[in-house]
Amino acid sequence: MDVLTAARLQMEVSLGFHMFFAALGIGMPLLMLIAEWRWLRTGREHYRDLAKTWGKATALTFAVGAVSGTALAFELGLLWPSFMALAGGVIGPAFALEGYAFFIEAIFLGLYLYGWDRLSPRAHWWTGVPVAVSGMMSGVLVLAANAWMQAPGGFELAADGTLAGSDPLAPFRSPAWLHMALHSTLSCYIATGFAVAGVYAAGMLRGRRNAYHRAALGIALAVGGVTAVLQPLSGDWSAREVAKYQPAKLAAAEAHFETSSHVPLMIGGIPDEDGNVRFALHIPNALSIMVGRSPETVITGLNDFPRDERPPVAITHIAFQIMVAAGFAMIFVALWFGWARWRRRPEDRVLLAMVLAASPLGFIALQAGWIVSEVGRQPWVIYGIMRTSDGVTPQAGVPATLFGFTVLYLFLGVALVALLRGLTHYSGPTATEEDAHAA
Amino acid sequence: MQPELLVAGLGIVALVTYAVLGGADFGGGIWDLFATGPRRDAQRDAIAHAMGPVWEANHVWLIFVIVIIFSAFPAAYAALSIALFVPFHLVLLGIILRGAAFVFRAYSPQSARGAGSGPAGRRWGAVFGTASVITPVLLGMCLGAVSSGGIRVDEGGVSFAGGVPAWLEPLSLFMGALALSLCAYLAAVFLANETDGDLREDFRTRALLAGTAVVALSAILLPLVRRDAPHLWTGLTAGAATPILVPGVIAALLSGWWLRQRRYRLARASAVVQIACLLAGWALAQSPYIIYPGLTLEQAAAPRSTLLFILWTTPAGMALLIPSLWYLFRVFKGEHLALTESARD
Repeated sequence: MDVLTAARLQMEVSLGFHMFFAALGIGMPLLMLIAEWRWLRTGREHYRDLAKTWGKATALTFAVGAVSGTALAFELGLLWPSFMALAGGVIGPAFALEGYAFFIEAIFLGLYLYGWDRLSPRAHWWTGVPVAVSGMMSGVLVLAANAWMQAPGGFELAADGTLAGSDPLAPFRSPAWLHMALHSTLSCYIATGFAVAGVYAAGMLRGRRNAYHRAALGIALAVGGVTAVLQPLSGDWSAREVAKYQPAKLAAAEAHFETSSHVPLMIGGIPDEDGNVRFALHIPNALSIMVGRSPETVITGLNDFPRDERPPVAITHIAFQIMVAAGFAMIFVALWFGWARWRRRPEDRVLLAMVLAASPLGFIALQAGWIVSEVGRQPWVIYGIMRTSDGVTPQAGVPATLFGFTVLYLFLGVALVALLRGLTHYSGPTATEEDAHAA
Repeated sequence: MQPELLVAGLGIVALVTYAVLGGADFGGGIWDLFATGPRRDAQRDAIAHAMGPVWEANHVWLIFVIVIIFSAFPAAYAALSIALFVPFHLVLLGIILRGAAFVFRAYSPQSARGAGSGPAGRRWGAVFGTASVITPVLLGMCLGAVSSGGIRVDEGGVSFAGGVPAWLEPLSLFMGALALSLCAYLAAVFLANETDGDLREDFRTRALLAGTAVVALSAILLPLVRRDAPHLWTGLTAGAATPILVPGVIAALLSGWWLRQRRYRLARASAVVQIACLLAGWALAQSPYIIYPGLTLEQAAAPRSTLLFILWTTPAGMALLIPSLWYLFRVFKGEHLALTESARD
């Protein structure tokens, strides 16, 4: 394996692993705050038990997220030293601000987790608020660095290719920032909400139909469902922005080769690099209408780009299809669940099975979306400025470190899933106790 | 004053804070691994109790150091990433395993004696302890490599002087050992402050042991620095660093003396001063180089606008951080302060 491929894979493994925990670190604090708020309002203990269990899950996932995030800060340099030599000074401000947000999150998480017996209930709830807010903010801020790589600006290069000057707000002025931040933040809530809902749907399918499980399912799907329904709006915004500043990425995501108007939207299909797409459904004019609100809209195709400036089409297109399909499947489940709750129907087995089946979809969509974003930027690490192959380390040992990190992360992932399963063994008060309490 | 010097100063402040707080957490892991005697379990509980609420926040100081280096001195970050490719990867392995194992143990299925004491918990405890030993050694070795002059940065790229990896030179190896014993010393002094009775005596003995190791290693390192890194020797003994190092040495000796006298709070305060003086003195001795002899702070610095951004955002960031940290330490460490105070009255 050559160093470039190994370095890209190590980055993918490290980012992909970190992303699970980053998303949970954004989503879980919101869930635990809602549960604890319900406890403060109603005094019903299953809400407090839920907040405690979710707090423990947050502690486990936050710790792994923090250390794997540290690894990423190092790996940016270890794998891509020339990239960091050029870009470090430009994207640094995004990381510096993210650092503060992350710091606040770590401080208040310590207070929240260990403060149950030391703080008044109200003060305790308030220590969770900075965790949720700064967790979200650290995601939003660090995305500015990635946005700058997608749509760079605000810097000058010297004659020798080094950085001569830069606008410290360059990452935040990238046109990619806001729509990416919105899309990605929503996806974190969706992924967390659906993953958590699956755990409790499974419990209810095994007969644990008590207030604890119903409350957990309701909170998780309220967060995951509402954000899932909103996500297509943000996706639409993203697609139109990407059409403006990264036409090759949109073209690859849609497997669109010939520049034209009246471009159909392609559903499914397996493209090759020569412009043939097999097994695809076409919705006439739909892509043109999506991007420009008119079938006359001209959309640039991949054939307008030299071969060595095109992203890999098949990976980008298939990942994009997976993301969209998973997104719509979750919307369907969310609407069904909302309808059942609205009609005050007890969750039937079919609905619970659907929730369980949908539980990994949020994370699948999240990972697929990042593949679209990152693979779709190739062959550039800084779009139009620096090729990924020019940013990679001269160190020959990358295949070995790739192997090491993959094994390490697999091992930690398995261990963590086992521990999280242990947390769910607590099944809440039995139904009779709960009924007595409610009465 | 040039902005790159101010940012470098900021980086040193963050590094000192990490060394004191994060270093003590590594030391906690060391003493967890080497917990012995009749109070073995109580020692481990005291360590977990002391670290639990604060170790995540303490760890963030390392991220600050890294972000400052790659934002403000990107050329140095790139060169270090190439030269220290192997030890940095090993550091990451240590950091990941240490943090993950600590929480995994805390949330492992419980036995009768409490959280993390079941068989799975004991295994994670061993991982936590081992990773806590390895990581500070490697970080010390990296620090040694940076100042030894063994990393060469020039037109041809990054290489090692003489072909031997600078982090494996004797100077770096002894720096690693020194870092390990300093972490162990700090942790034992802190833990002696946060415990009572026999447990406190356990940690006092451990602190005296680690302190002896610190003195012995320093005695070996001094001639080694003089032989292998004469530029650093000059900086330490005849340069701007001397006025800082002398109080550092005095603080180190006082810390040990007060520990012997069971004046724990004084021992702790002087241990913190010792670490701060050591690191600040080291930084001054190698200034203006960030990697000796190829790269100065000025050569490695990012554009002025980025440096100014880091400087200008610091007061705002600290205005958020310092009250939050104060609250964290007051809620979880305040009780011990009150206890030790009332014990003395």
